[in-house]
Amino acid sequence: MVETIATAILRGRYLWVLLTVMFVVWAAMGGRNLTLTTDYRVFFSEENPQLTAFEALQNTYTNNDNVLIVLAPKNHKVFTRKTLAAVEAITEEAWQVPFSIRVDSLTNYQHTVAEEDDLVVGDLVVDGANLMDSSLQRIKNIALHEPLLVNRLISPSGEVTGINITIQTPGIDQTTEVPSVVAYARDMVKKYQDIYPHLDFYITGTVMMNNAFPEASKHDMRTLVPLMFLVVFVALWFLLRSLTGIIATLLVVAFSIATAMGLAGWIGIRMTPPVGSAPTIVLTLAVAHCVHLLVALMHNMTKGMDKRAAMFEALRVNFQPIALTSLTTTVGFLSMNFSDAPPFRDLGNIVAMGVIAAWVYSFVFMPALVMILPIRTHANQETASKWMSSLGEFVLNNRRMLFWGNLALLVVLAFSITRNELNDQFVEYFDDSIEFRRATDFVTDNLTGIYTIDYSLKTGGSGSINEPEQLQVIENFANWYREQPEVIHVNVITDIIKRLNMNLHGDDRSWYRIPESRELAAQYFLLYEMSLPYGLDLNNQIDIDKSASRMTVTVNNLTTNELLLVEARAREWLEANAPAHMHTVGASPAIMFAHITSRNIRSMLKGNAMAMVLISFMLIFAFRSIKFGLLSLVPNLMPAIMAFGLWGLLVGEVGVSLSVVVAMTLGIVVDDTIHFMSKYLRARREQGLSAEDAIRAAFSSVGVALIMTSIVLIAGFAVLALSSFKMNAGMGLLTAITIALALFADFLFLPPLLLKIKGKV
Amino acid sequence: MKILNTFLIALLGMSAFSSPLLADTADDRGLEIAVEADKRKNGFGDFTADLLMVLRNKQGEESTRELRSKNLEVEGDGDKSLTIFDRPQDIKGTALLTFTHKTGSDDQWLYLPALKRVKRIASNNKSGPFMGSEFAYEDISSQEVEKYTYKYLRDEPLDGEAMFVFERYPVDKKSGYTRQVVWMDQDEYRERKIVYYDRKNSLLKTLTFSGYEKYLDKFWKAAEMDMTNHQTGKSTKLAWSNYAFGTGLGDRDFDRNSLKRAR
Repeated sequence: MVETIATAILRGRYLWVLLTVMFVVWAAMGGRNLTLTTDYRVFFSEENPQLTAFEALQNTYTNNDNVLIVLAPKNHKVFTRKTLAAVEAITEEAWQVPFSIRVDSLTNYQHTVAEEDDLVVGDLVVDGANLMDSSLQRIKNIALHEPLLVNRLISPSGEVTGINITIQTPGIDQTTEVPSVVAYARDMVKKYQDIYPHLDFYITGTVMMNNAFPEASKHDMRTLVPLMFLVVFVALWFLLRSLTGIIATLLVVAFSIATAMGLAGWIGIRMTPPVGSAPTIVLTLAVAHCVHLLVALMHNMTKGMDKRAAMFEALRVNFQPIALTSLTTTVGFLSMNFSDAPPFRDLGNIVAMGVIAAWVYSFVFMPALVMILPIRTHANQETASKWMSSLGEFVLNNRRMLFWGNLALLVVLAFSITRNELNDQFVEYFDDSIEFRRATDFVTDNLTGIYTIDYSLKTGGSGSINEPEQLQVIENFANWYREQPEVIHVNVITDIIKRLNMNLHGDDRSWYRIPESRELAAQYFLLYEMSLPYGLDLNNQIDIDKSASRMTVTVNNLTTNELLLVEARAREWLEANAPAHMHTVGASPAIMFAHITSRNIRSMLKGNAMAMVLISFMLIFAFRSIKFGLLSLVPNLMPAIMAFGLWGLLVGEVGVSLSVVVAMTLGIVVDDTIHFMSKYLRARREQGLSAEDAIRAAFSSVGVALIMTSIVLIAGFAVLALSSFKMNAGMGLLTAITIALALFADFLFLPPLLLKIKGKV
Repeated sequence: MKILNTFLIALLGMSAFSSPLLADTADDRGLEIAVEADKRKNGFGDFTADLLMVLRNKQGEESTRELRSKNLEVEGDGDKSLTIFDRPQDIKGTALLTFTHKTGSDDQWLYLPALKRVKRIASNNKSGPFMGSEFAYEDISSQEVEKYTYKYLRDEPLDGEAMFVFERYPVDKKSGYTRQVVWMDQDEYRERKIVYYDRKNSLLKTLTFSGYEKYLDKFWKAAEMDMTNHQTGKSTKLAWSNYAFGTGLGDRDFDRNSLKRAR
């Protein structure tokens, strides 16, 4: 059958080239449908409980996607006429930002004051440019003592201020909504930068983060993919020294990427940063097939075969191993569908399609093309082969030491896995080359935090938010939070009601407390709400039934673990000190990301087990031996265990993207085992060699090819490690390490293991 | 009022020199419709009605408020109204007195029974939501002709009835809207639908009127007003009942002292 296919390919070479090109063009047209995702929620499945909780909270109150524009005057003084005028102007114009539903700033902060028997509610700053010195001082005094403002919209020192724009995108057209907000905000800031050169501007917020995802993807595609092509070109030059071979390989690679990404577009996959790493991965994986075929072709040609016969033989010999390795790789990537984070499912599916495409193209298109183009051989792999033979001898001579040494290393590294701490601080997903990261770092250092924990505190029954006891509990909860060292700011409704109580008692400071009756609180709120301007209402803090209030806690730059610990302490506090109806959990993007890795690890373990079982069956079938099929599990699992152990020692932090590395590498590292084991078994079965001699044979026949393909794979994933998006970078680095360790395991541990279990083959 | 309207029309007519003729006709036509609608509402003297507000959030949760409203027509200026809050229990007896004005901001006082005080709402910026609902105060206060400028758009059927469709632009700088598009039936000059556009001219809310009934053989009042906020997914229903005209209310029922005995 293999022969028939090979003959057909060689005979109809022009037709195959044409058919391939036509298919690639059709597939690639799907690329037009690839739209960029601009919503961090894409990382969460619909059934994710933390997402559901946060959506419920936003549906009860209002959305809290935001753009935070931060102004840092060069003279470190916010309370000047010039700066306040700037804040006032930007605040006014911020209402024009697309999809904005609310703007909060120092100037439009609704300051309340008692004036005889009236309650005066109004903007804190009016006509900032023409304020008298005494007014400036008064405003500064009010702002720096207002708990709603300090550490949220004004730094305690009065040096930096922020304008917070709440954005509610309808979510109808993801590709345009967020970018239009960002473009407007940036244009606006640019305009004011020219008018007010004494100010430095920074823009952050969840909308900016949403926009940073496609920016990071684009950045990666622009820099990493070309870099990877360069790496592959250089590697191929060293490996093949044949222009035709290089051209054919690069075409297969490019076609595979175009097909994978195009088909992704046709089936409606959205671009996310993990998906953005797909081209690099497909590229890396596609090279291996071509290298195996071309090396075999040139080897045959140097042995004196004519081109056609050499190609025929190369196809015949490589058909089964390449089919098998393609299948196992595909299974590995498809098992990423178990991921709880949809972008990784997409990545798995795209790469799986790319691997299959690469398999077909390297078998149909590449041989056909090589037959059409001229090819010369310069191959001289004698030195490499000799080198491999001595490596084989070394392994045979030191088998005991290698076996026990590696086993000990494996155990040590397996224990080191526990040194990995889960951490998903979403700001740190982006490196310094992304503007969002730089702006956010400044804001975190100088104004407020970016990570929040939101609570919907139920007070029990309609109107119960006005109940003094309930308000007191909320107040206590807020105060408890304020005492925690991790906390920067607490936005809580009691600060407003206390102020109103004071205002309605002639601004007497001693009335700055929770009103003593439910009716008073209700009526104060009513009066206050009637005095509020458009967009600045309390609907973002009190639910419609007045039976729950939202409290937002802003924390420091905490690691995931620290964040979860604070949240757990808060839950304990609520359970010990609050009535049962107020017991609740915190919800927010930070909390969602805090759970994503552990959730994903749990779901991926299932996927890994499934892939492992499937791949083991394939190997049992391929080796025609249950014993060797199961034995191969050892070198297949070892690399991942050792890699995570090494990661624990070297880095010690694991994010969501690393939880899919086992699935990604499983199918790849199996390839080495397949090549080595099949050569070993063939030598023993067909040539009747001893175990030792079979190992020598395996080393000399596939050793060089394994090293070559591993180098390409390691280089490919190492390139990914340069990504500006930490998820991709970590994933690339750990995968590169795993593949290196796989080579290590197959060369230095598998042979001693095979020698231990000599028996029947 | 008639004199003022004539003056306004004249004022609008003067701008004819600088803008295309068509636009001016549209402005005139829009104002004409508004004036006619206002004329048909005039002459009621006074009326009272009960109001049930049903608020609903995106999560599907509901909450209700109950109010009573007393209204007095004022010659030459905006109407006076007294709104008494019955439910929720916590604000029972709270009463809001409003003097609408054709120009300038309205005067408002709120009586807080828990504090036993009348407080003037001293804010020139009252476009926020009314009792946490999707209605801004400016949506439900007396819709005086002078509070907007107008532009006629087209005739268009709505639910099989012939409508005027016109735009109106709030005069008040502090308004939450750039414009409102009004569908008004051609037979009786009743508002049937209003679409609100926010400060950045994006679709914000839609208000629909239904269940119109005729009182005193002359005055049409809607039984239900539904406001949907397209941006936040929240909505509010106003259900009016027990309309009564000619109840003998006078100025004395609409002063600061009346607030305290309003219950």
